[in-house]
Amino acid sequence: MGVLVGKDTRLVVSGITGREGSFHALNNRKYGTNVVAGVTPGKGGMDVEGIPVFDTIADAVAQTQANTSMLFVPPRFAVDAIYEAADSGVEVIICVTEGIPAHDMLLAYHYVKEKGVRLVGPNCPGVCTVGEANVGIMPAHIFTPGSVGLVSRSGTLTYQLGKELSDLGIGQSTILGIGGDPIIGTNHRDALALFEADPDTDMIVMVGEIGGNEEELAAEYIKEHITKPVIGYIAGLTAPEGKAMGHAGAIISGNSGTAQGKVSALEAAGVKVGKNPTEVAHLVAEARGVAVPA
Amino acid sequence: MDLYEHQGKELFARHGVNVSAGMVAFTPEEAEAAARELGGQTVVKAQVHAGGRGKAGGVKLATDPADAKEKAENILGLDIKGHIVRRLWIEDASDIDREYYFSINFDRTEKAVLLMLSTEGGMDIEEVAEKTPEKLATMHINPVWGLRAFEARQLAFRAKIDADVRNKVVAMMLQLYDAFIKEDAMLVEVNPLLITPTGEVKALDSKFSVDDNALFRHPDIAAMRDVHAQDPQEQMAHEKGVTYVKLDGEVGILGNGAGLVMSTLDVIQQAGGKPANFLDVGGGATADEIVASLEIILSDEKVRSIFFNIFGGITRCTEVAQGIITALEQLDVRVPMVVRLDGTASEEGLQMLADANLDNVTIADTMLGAAAEAVKLASVATV
Repeated sequence: MGVLVGKDTRLVVSGITGREGSFHALNNRKYGTNVVAGVTPGKGGMDVEGIPVFDTIADAVAQTQANTSMLFVPPRFAVDAIYEAADSGVEVIICVTEGIPAHDMLLAYHYVKEKGVRLVGPNCPGVCTVGEANVGIMPAHIFTPGSVGLVSRSGTLTYQLGKELSDLGIGQSTILGIGGDPIIGTNHRDALALFEADPDTDMIVMVGEIGGNEEELAAEYIKEHITKPVIGYIAGLTAPEGKAMGHAGAIISGNSGTAQGKVSALEAAGVKVGKNPTEVAHLVAEARGVAVPA
Repeated sequence: MDLYEHQGKELFARHGVNVSAGMVAFTPEEAEAAARELGGQTVVKAQVHAGGRGKAGGVKLATDPADAKEKAENILGLDIKGHIVRRLWIEDASDIDREYYFSINFDRTEKAVLLMLSTEGGMDIEEVAEKTPEKLATMHINPVWGLRAFEARQLAFRAKIDADVRNKVVAMMLQLYDAFIKEDAMLVEVNPLLITPTGEVKALDSKFSVDDNALFRHPDIAAMRDVHAQDPQEQMAHEKGVTYVKLDGEVGILGNGAGLVMSTLDVIQQAGGKPANFLDVGGGATADEIVASLEIILSDEKVRSIFFNIFGGITRCTEVAQGIITALEQLDVRVPMVVRLDGTASEEGLQMLADANLDNVTIADTMLGAAAEAVKLASVATV
């Protein structure tokens, strides 16, 4: 089952006629995702290797009963695509696009919330429920089916962790990439709640990074609401103050947003925190009684 | 993107905010000419992207043009928290009666705009928040509706702004909010917000930070970027479209994806070394981008070894391998490299490197193993 995407997902891909959009839509379909439609304004009636293209997301939803939208739209138009998707009747929007202005996202966030739609991202690698559906840009073949839920702001770091777990024979339920922007639709607390409610997930790996205070809030949330074991990791222990480290949101301001502060908050909530991806995988193995080769 | 005080004030003025008249100067002679043009007493202010300028001797009152020239001579070239002063802002001196504080913050956690107002201006606001929190009034604004005048008034009452200037302060808060929204700011801070003996309200300083992702619709602000204030490597990276942050260690880092690169810096330190930089080639990097990235890393003379940490997703490891091979042909690479490739097309990529039979390239299987090797090579090279 997993969270957010799975066997019941009916995916509509905005930007499907672009190079990246078509590549990843077809990749997702190859993995087993039910890609029912694509959208590019003015190209309705075409198809991309059998996937029908519509002019609007609303048309796609009306004609194909799509319930999940993936956005592969250039940054200047992506925020409009978020409004369009939220208005179309889909339940989940996954926005891969990086580089959306923060003020635009701030307003879109409130619109999406008002509509009661789940937004993942922007600037995220997507969501993969292992063996069922992959929506986004993740190289899903490195993941193996299992019951560890993985949530992270970063793409490649998530792949690293997925691989380290898979190498130890520990499978994953859903890999949830929430994105590295200052304003994101689904945060760590939302992800934790989803995994807590998912019967196919029995353990959660939470990957955070410097910037903001979301990890600290997640630590509070874990203390009060999460019964499943959580293993943590925070990237950026050596990052300097005042410089954005690749992600627009990954910046330490004064004493706020430091990795050490986040590690301490998680540990105070009873979360074991690894100091690098390998150690995190070993902590997961230890908690599951899986032997780690010397 | 952080703006200098004078650039922030230029944006303030566009939105009606009252600021002192002034001029930019890059030399003592220009400072003298500016002071003459402005007339009367002036203030010579260092323009750097750092706080605490006053304490560092970067802000001086000048009685006349000759004095402004002398003060400029003293301030130019100062090192303020690692920033060398290369430009000055010469402005009309102001008479000070009271100093307030006002800021507008992009609150990512609350998904709102956060206003902070205090009568305790001219000092470190974090100290005010800690020692006398009752003197700092805060308010969250729903970004959908924006700031209403009654809210600004409410905040002014809560902060106990003096009655004689309350309306003027409220008006300035509304103007600054307008600037914050229209210029895509992440932070606008006025400290001090000055009240003169005659009751004039003025933004005496400006801290203005603009969202990089929104610069495409503010070409005027994008043009304000001071290329000389950046490290040469950071400037080069900016031109090549690569995310690079200079650090002060000896192990050069090249990786893909912000999170993985941050993690790579951490494992270098855990292995006993110090990273020389953060460099994220981004998703789907081409061989050309790898060559350009290597060039940037190598232009830092402190680099003693380089760690390639690539987990291919969109990025194909064959492109990375080709980039490494091309770079070794084109560039004079004298430092050893440790390469760790995983994910999309990693086997083919590793095969390409093996076939090329490269002298100073070591292949590593794991991230931790590669980090240990890169640190070892760097320490050997320094000896």
